[in-house]
Amino acid sequence: MAPLISFQEVSKVFGTGDRTIRAVDGVTLDIEAGEIFGVIGYSGAGKSTLVRLVNALETVTSGRLLVDGQDVTALREPQLRRVRAGIGMVFQQFNLLNSRTVAGNVAYPLKVAGWPREKRAARVAELLDYVGIADKAKAYPRQLSGGQKQRVGIARALATSPRILLADEATSALDPDTTQDVLALLRRVNRDLGVTVVVITHEMDVIRSLAHRVAVMEAGKVVEHGPVYDVFAAPRERATRRFVATTLKDRPTPEAVARLRHRHPGRIVTVGIRESGVDVTAALREHGVDGTIVFGGITEIDERPFGSLTLELTGADAAIDALVADLRGRTDVDDLGTAGVPA
Amino acid sequence: MNRDWSELSPILWESVRETLYIVGVTVGVGGALGLVLGVLLYATRRGNLLENVVVFTVLNVAVNVVRPIPFIIFITAVGPVTLAVVGTTIGNEAVIFAMSIMATFVTARIVEQNLVATDPGVVEAARAMGASRLRILVTVLVPEALAPLILGYTFLLIGIVDMSALAGYVGGGGLGNFAIVYGYQRFNWEVTLVTVLVIIGMVQLAQLLGNWLARKALHR
Repeated sequence: MAPLISFQEVSKVFGTGDRTIRAVDGVTLDIEAGEIFGVIGYSGAGKSTLVRLVNALETVTSGRLLVDGQDVTALREPQLRRVRAGIGMVFQQFNLLNSRTVAGNVAYPLKVAGWPREKRAARVAELLDYVGIADKAKAYPRQLSGGQKQRVGIARALATSPRILLADEATSALDPDTTQDVLALLRRVNRDLGVTVVVITHEMDVIRSLAHRVAVMEAGKVVEHGPVYDVFAAPRERATRRFVATTLKDRPTPEAVARLRHRHPGRIVTVGIRESGVDVTAALREHGVDGTIVFGGITEIDERPFGSLTLELTGADAAIDALVADLRGRTDVDDLGTAGVPA
Repeated sequence: MNRDWSELSPILWESVRETLYIVGVTVGVGGALGLVLGVLLYATRRGNLLENVVVFTVLNVAVNVVRPIPFIIFITAVGPVTLAVVGTTIGNEAVIFAMSIMATFVTARIVEQNLVATDPGVVEAARAMGASRLRILVTVLVPEALAPLILGYTFLLIGIVDMSALAGYVGGGGLGNFAIVYGYQRFNWEVTLVTVLVIIGMVQLAQLLGNWLARKALHR
C-alpha cells in the first residue's frame, strides 16, 4: 500500500538572499497509514517545520510531498484549506480559543467545515465524552488545567474525523502524570479510530512509550529512522545515542565504571537484555561462574523488553572467558574488564 | 446654589444630551471604521494573514500623519471636505464628521496594538483547521482580543468626550460650549465647576462599564 505521507527530497528554506535558513534539508521519509510515527530532535532541528509542511501551514521550497496521494506542493490556498481540514493538529501550548467555551472550541472546526448546528452539537458531545471532559463543556479554557486543555485540543483536532493527527510537542507543557494520560489518549485514538499519528517531541520517553517508528532529526536532516525498538537497540548516530541515553540510564558512564572497578575486584561485564531473551542466570550456572548485579535497568520499548545488566563475574578466568564468548553469541556484551586489566 | 440654576439646568441637561449625541455618533462611526482599518493594519503587517507591504505602508503613514494633529486645527483643516460632505462647516453634524475621521484613525491604532498582543498560536490553530483568512480575522482574532479592545474603546470614548468639548468653537453644542458660554464668558466659575463635575461623572461611568465588560469578556 502507498504510504499515507511521503516526503521526497523535501526542503524548506526560510528567508531570502544571503540570510537563509534551511529548516528542512532534503528529507525523504514515508509515514504509513495507521502507525504512530515519532519525530525527535532538539529545538531548532526542524521537526516543527517538517510537520507543518504536512498540513501546509508552511509551503515546501523544493521536493515533493504527498499526503494521502495528493501532492500538496502543487495546491493553491482554497484546495490547501480542504487538505488542512482533513488533518487534525494539537499543539504544545494547546492554542485554544479563550473567547469560546470548551464546546465552542470543539465546534469551531465543524463550523468551518459547514456542519449544520444540530449535527454539530451531537458530534461535540460525542467527542467530549470520548476524551473524558464531558462535564467541562460549558467551561472556558482559562478555567481548565493543562491536561484538560490538551484533551479539548485533541477533541477539537478529531472533530472532523481526520485520517492524520499531528501532535507538536503535545505533552511538553504537562506534568509527568498528565503526560501519561494524554499519551494514553493518543494511543487510544490510534488504536480505536485508526488515525495515523505523527508525534513531534524532544523527549525520548514519549517516543519510547508511544511511537512505532521514529525519525531522528538534526540540523534539518533526518539522520536516522526506523522501528523504535531497532533505533533504540542499535543507535548509529551520536544524536540518537544521546537521546537514548536520556531515557535509559541502564549503562554505567565512564566515571561509574571506574567506581565499579574500584568497588568490585571481579570482571565487570554489561549484558544487553533484548526481546530475544537471554537467561543470564542459566548461563552463569552452566559455566560455573558467580555473578553479582552491580548496575543496570530493564524497561519496555514498543511493549518489548529492553535494557542491560552490568555484572561482576567471579570464578576461573577460563570459565569467565567461555561465558562471555557464549553471551556474545546471543546478545550485545560490553566487557569492561577489571581495575588491573581494563578491557 | 444661586438662582441662575433654575434657568441654567435645562440648558445644562440639553448640553449633556448634545454631548451624548456627538460622542455616541462619533464612537459608532469612528469605532466601526477604525475597527476595520485597525484589523487591516494588523493583518497586512509583515508575516501576518494578509501580508501586503503597500497597503500596510499607506495605512500606517495615514494613521501617523492624522493622529498627532491637534483636533482644534484638524476641524478647520478638514473644513473643505466637511463642506463637501455635510454641506456646512458649522454645527454639531460638521463637528461629528471631523471627529469621526479623527476617531477612525485613533481607533485603528488602538485596535492594531491590541491585536498584535494576541497569541499567534491561536491563529495557527484556526489555519490548521482549514479556516479562511477572513474567517480567522472575524471569528478568531477580534473575539480573542475582545477584553483589551473593550478597554481600548473605553479609552477612545473618553478621548472623544475630550474632543467634543471643542465643538463650541465651530458652532456646535454640548458641555464644552456650555462651560465656555455660561461659565468662562460670564465669569461664572461655579458653572465651569459643575460642568467639570458632570463630565467627570460621565467619564467615570464609562470607565466602570468598560472595566466590567472587559472582565466579563476574559472568561476567567
